[in-house]
Amino acid sequence: MSEKGWKELEIGGRITEAGNAAKYKTGDWRTFLPDVDREKCINCLQCYLYCPDMAIEAKADGTLGKIDLDYCKGCGICSNICPVKCIEMKKEEK
Amino acid sequence: MTKNFIKPLTGASAVSEAMRQIDPDVVAAYPITPQTEIVMKFSQFVNDGKVNTEFVPVESEHSAMSACVGASAAGARAMTATASAGLALMWEILYVAASNRLPIVMPVVNRALSAPINIHCDHSDTMGARDSGWIQIYCESAQEAYDNVIAAVRIAEHEKILLPVMVCQDGFITSHAMERVDILEDEKVKKFAGELKLPFPLLDTDNPVTYGPLDLFDYYFEHKRQQSEAISHVFEVTDSIYKEFEKISGRKYNRVETYKIKDAETAIVALNSTIGTAKDVVDALREKGEKVGLLFPRMFRPFPAEEIAEKLSGLSAVAVLDRSETFSGTGGPMLADIKSALYEKESRPTILKYIYGLGGREINPAQIEQVFSDLKEVKKGKKVEQVVYLGVRE
Repeated sequence: MSEKGWKELEIGGRITEAGNAAKYKTGDWRTFLPDVDREKCINCLQCYLYCPDMAIEAKADGTLGKIDLDYCKGCGICSNICPVKCIEMKKEEK
Repeated sequence: MTKNFIKPLTGASAVSEAMRQIDPDVVAAYPITPQTEIVMKFSQFVNDGKVNTEFVPVESEHSAMSACVGASAAGARAMTATASAGLALMWEILYVAASNRLPIVMPVVNRALSAPINIHCDHSDTMGARDSGWIQIYCESAQEAYDNVIAAVRIAEHEKILLPVMVCQDGFITSHAMERVDILEDEKVKKFAGELKLPFPLLDTDNPVTYGPLDLFDYYFEHKRQQSEAISHVFEVTDSIYKEFEKISGRKYNRVETYKIKDAETAIVALNSTIGTAKDVVDALREKGEKVGLLFPRMFRPFPAEEIAEKLSGLSAVAVLDRSETFSGTGGPMLADIKSALYEKESRPTILKYIYGLGGREINPAQIEQVFSDLKEVKKGKKVEQVVYLGVRE
């Protein structure tokens, strides 16, 4: 994110560009990382539906895709909602 | 073309007339004494089809200001009115309005804050809101309230400003007293107010915009700096709008009003209706040859410090009359600003500190005369350091 000075910014904190939340990488907030056991996963995609950061991919064939670590902030909602408990939150080593 | 006409109006009704002529897109308001008459009369105009306004009868002042914030962000000309506890309940959203740079205009009828509960005039409501980022204009009479509500629309909406404005008048003393008010013709006001064109209205769906996003340590400071910048343009913009208003009304307004101060040795500084009372006293004292005058900071936020210092620095003694307490232990809010304005000046008058009229306690000519006589004593060398509570029973 480029950090503009007060003279260049829109007044009042207005954001005049639609859909720019993607520029805000929430991945660097993370302490815990979801670790998916693909063998146990039943591809119900509950994790995809519940992820608050749209960091979980659902593939066109209806199966679970990648987890985008640029946005996953390690909240653990996916792990909590998983009906077969195949997502474990593991402490991330940086 | 219709002509201007003179109407007998209370301060509150005069403001509703101004609002009728401005014909804002949205008015969201909640009634509270002594502002009620403004909203009551205006809602009648809505009912009678005299305005095109969308009137939102909200359940509280917090909602009134919130609805105005939403309407203004959508690109509408939004107004409300309040007093006392109503203003206090708006507090959170006052900052939201100013910080989002929404040019809402709000007539405020000054009334004391609880407790004990009191419906009468003092300035503790708007003085408490003085640092919320709103522009504040104070009015001596119903005429001034009418005129300044109209002017305020243009000040608020100016592209260099885009800040909300409070236009204050004294509860009951002004709001409920019938006066002769010169009402401009509707067309003149309509033309003066003009079409509102706000940048980035939410209703412009071709150009989507987000208002009020999370703004943390990385940007918040910059947005506050922008607000200070807008405030720094208020004087020049107000001067030009007051000049334009003079052309359509013949009535001249200044950020700092003075009365017979040019050759004065002593002066009183006060706000709103007290200035009217004090003018009579000044006239009477002038007839006796006493060199006395008045200063009225019509604009209190931003504070015209330089101009006030210029006008007061040559005087020998000045009394600042505050109609509210700060409980700082050092006197009222206006006193602090006046003293700070004079700090840089090489020659400074002695300043007497008064707090008066709390909860609607009457201020009469005899008391004003007493203040001038105190000033005279000080001019002769008497020392008075403490805050004087004018009109309180010991």
